[in-house]
Amino acid sequence: MRSLFRLSGEGEGFVPPSSNDFELPPVFGDNAFTTKPIFLVFLSVILVSVFFLLASRKAAVVPSKLQFAGESIYSFVRNDLGRDIIGHEFMRFVPYLFTLFTFVLTNNIFGIVPFLQFPAMSRVSFPYVLAVFTFVVFHYVGIRKQGLGKYLKDIMFMPGVPKPVYILLTPIELATFFLVRPLTLSLRLFANMFAGHLLLLVFILGGEHLFQGVLGLKLISPFAFAFGIGLTFFEFMVQCLQAYIFTLLTALYIAGALADEH
Amino acid sequence: MEGTLNLVGYGLSAIGPAIATGMIFAAYISGVARQPEARSVLQPIAFLGFALAEALALFGLVLAFVL
Repeated sequence: MRSLFRLSGEGEGFVPPSSNDFELPPVFGDNAFTTKPIFLVFLSVILVSVFFLLASRKAAVVPSKLQFAGESIYSFVRNDLGRDIIGHEFMRFVPYLFTLFTFVLTNNIFGIVPFLQFPAMSRVSFPYVLAVFTFVVFHYVGIRKQGLGKYLKDIMFMPGVPKPVYILLTPIELATFFLVRPLTLSLRLFANMFAGHLLLLVFILGGEHLFQGVLGLKLISPFAFAFGIGLTFFEFMVQCLQAYIFTLLTALYIAGALADEH
Repeated sequence: MEGTLNLVGYGLSAIGPAIATGMIFAAYISGVARQPEARSVLQPIAFLGFALAEALALFGLVLAFVL
């Protein structure tokens, strides 16, 4: 019985996937700007542009299938994320929200597309840059709308609060607006993609390793692969959800900056 | 046995956000069950709360790898 379940005969151990699996070598020579995630990001830009150019090229009253698909995504961002959350000034921000949503979504879904299979957003620098864009946008909008002084005053001294509470509240509010918001926005996206990709690696690589073992382990390995496939669908859900949440939070921050009081 | 204690700590720290996520969706479900037409109002709020609670679990994950 024991020989049936002994780990691989030669005694070589299983190397569990770690964060090292995310540091891919450069494709050309040792130029650090030619790694796989960078090509994936460029590919996503091309894919998104080509898809929506084709979808909107021959716009007709009775839409084709492609036009319908493109318009559904657009109206989802425009109505559910723009109009319902930002309010009557939403049309100015729809281009930004739409770009953000499609870009993040495409890059996330690369994580489960066969042969690509790497979510570009699991490299932390990409979410950081996106969060910086959102950070600049919502502060700029707030300052333009209310003036620098009033905007900062509203952040630091929330109206309708007893005076002594400000000792506690002002640092928290400042940290929330200038540190916690951009940090959580980027880390949430990064960590979700990172954890999801790691999870898939554990099950697929683990299944592969079990398959190289003795007979008893070979019989178990299909279960690991089946779990891996199930988790791939779960990942698909998480990837769509994270793209939605990233855009939703951006819209909420913009709406908060536009509102008269926070 | 190899591995770091970080991951055990992460497992413990994930309990809090797990309970929080469960409570958020429980409230969302009972809200929609009582008043189905409030679904579109409750949905962004529920997902926002879920995202905020989940962020804590993900910070734990990041720290488990970084530290």
